[in-house]
Amino acid sequence: MTAGLGRVAKDAPVPRRFDPVLIRADFPILSRVMRGKALVYLDNAASSQKPRQVIDTLRRYYETMNANVHRGVYALSEDATAAYEWGRAMTAKYMNAPSPAEIVLVRGATEGINLVAATYGRGHVAAGDEVLVSAMEHHSNIVPWQMLCEERGARLRVIPMNDRGELILDALPALITSRTRIVAVTHVSNSLGTINPVKEIIATAHERGVPVLVDGAQAVPHGPVDVQELDCDFYAISSHKMFGPTGIGALYGKRAWLEQIPPYQGGGEMIRSVTFEKTTYAPIPMKFEAGTPNIAGTVGMGAAVDYLNHLDWTAIAAHEQNVLRYAEDSLRSIPGVRLIGTAAQKASVVSFVMDGVHPHDIGTIADQEGVAIRTGHHCTQPVMDFFGVPATARASFALYNTLEDVDRLVAAIARVREVFHS
Amino acid sequence: MTDLSELYQQVILDHNRTPRNFRVLDDANHTAHGDNPLCGDKIKLYAKVDHGVIRDIGFQGSGCAISRASASLMTAAVKGRTVTEAEELFAAFHEMVAGDAGQPMPAESLGKLRAFAGVKEFPARVKCANLPWHTLHAALAGAEDGVTTE
Repeated sequence: MTAGLGRVAKDAPVPRRFDPVLIRADFPILSRVMRGKALVYLDNAASSQKPRQVIDTLRRYYETMNANVHRGVYALSEDATAAYEWGRAMTAKYMNAPSPAEIVLVRGATEGINLVAATYGRGHVAAGDEVLVSAMEHHSNIVPWQMLCEERGARLRVIPMNDRGELILDALPALITSRTRIVAVTHVSNSLGTINPVKEIIATAHERGVPVLVDGAQAVPHGPVDVQELDCDFYAISSHKMFGPTGIGALYGKRAWLEQIPPYQGGGEMIRSVTFEKTTYAPIPMKFEAGTPNIAGTVGMGAAVDYLNHLDWTAIAAHEQNVLRYAEDSLRSIPGVRLIGTAAQKASVVSFVMDGVHPHDIGTIADQEGVAIRTGHHCTQPVMDFFGVPATARASFALYNTLEDVDRLVAAIARVREVFHS
Repeated sequence: MTDLSELYQQVILDHNRTPRNFRVLDDANHTAHGDNPLCGDKIKLYAKVDHGVIRDIGFQGSGCAISRASASLMTAAVKGRTVTEAEELFAAFHEMVAGDAGQPMPAESLGKLRAFAGVKEFPARVKCANLPWHTLHAALAGAEDGVTTE
């Protein structure tokens, strides 16, 4: 168990023995040669690579099951519907949702958050009310709330953080006021790697009767989550960050909320009956799924989750923490390199800056060495402002990354020094 | 294969380390902000234009080596030139870093700016090299509404 990420579902299958070498063999792209060198992919927090099991499932879906869902009376449509609902059920299991009905299929965590801001927000946030986010949110968990607040005349407030990149929880009770209508907080920071104590935040908010949305996009690549144990009201994830296809994700919502809040978009699929006078809506989760959904994406996400459900997450957590520590120690030992984000509890994400060299130049030179890292503000401009840097370089590690990948990164940084200090 | 030394030429590294005209111009009559939101490059450009001639120019800001050196070399190149000449240089510069492959050698008129020819091989960096020029263009164009330069 990675600290703070919750436990594996009780009925988890007996896991495969974890061996990064065997895991790597599942990911065809990792054997690519880039710029004449073996690819080292360290941009997993932006998007992860896909195992053969996911790629094969997508192919099998299109070759043998493709049809529209929930409508056809013919066998093929039943197959497609079954595959689609299997994807939903697998995702529910990975998050330990009480039922698949509480999993709304969306384009990704961004759409999940926008859905809650638009539906819950419309019904519950009025002029003078407050929405509470944290200082380390991705823009996708700031802007939808900001738009809502502007529309409603509400106020966006922020849980502060310290200079290690940890939320200052002592400030939380005073920030949750009688006007607070929702708390929206990230489980794991994409730019700092911080694992937030969301269970504690949720408990504090619930004591005051305030629901909590958790942005879980950066948490689920590092292991299953347990939305029941966290007791969150909403939890949003993206498939492509957890080794599944792009363009699909899930929003978990407690049944009571999903039944209470209005639909998101109108259209086919989300209705029970339509006349020109009145439309009644389908039960959850279909109520939130207007239009033909991303069927193949959902099946692919199911395959990714199925793959992940068979892994030994205790061993993976230990491996990722080992890689993280090695990366942090190695980078710290390079003169002029400073880590941004040094929380006690971190996922395998390392942001850093280098004296006299802009992150963008680090990224270009690393790329020449076959090492793919992210440079920029990582869609967290307030975090960059807080640390007084325009941007950082970021290496984010997944289960298939190794200590050798870290060595290649460090060698690339040495090359940066050569170019800039020659 | 692309070569790093094509991108990070000595003249570029030198101008990154010690940028020329890196200062605020108190008597500037044309200014503009430029930024590359994706990578966090920010520049503020100051120009003093008199009778269509860029008499003085300076810049401030933070950015990668390419954008910083580009700003430095640009200010050195356009100082003392007419606005029209500066715009012509921008067009030639843009053609050099972002134009079609297989074009003829960069124009002689670009002088030291030809150090940026290697940027073309790094598509993600083209906007870094162009940022100061777009900002200059905005500064020269924007102020024309209020200030007579001809």
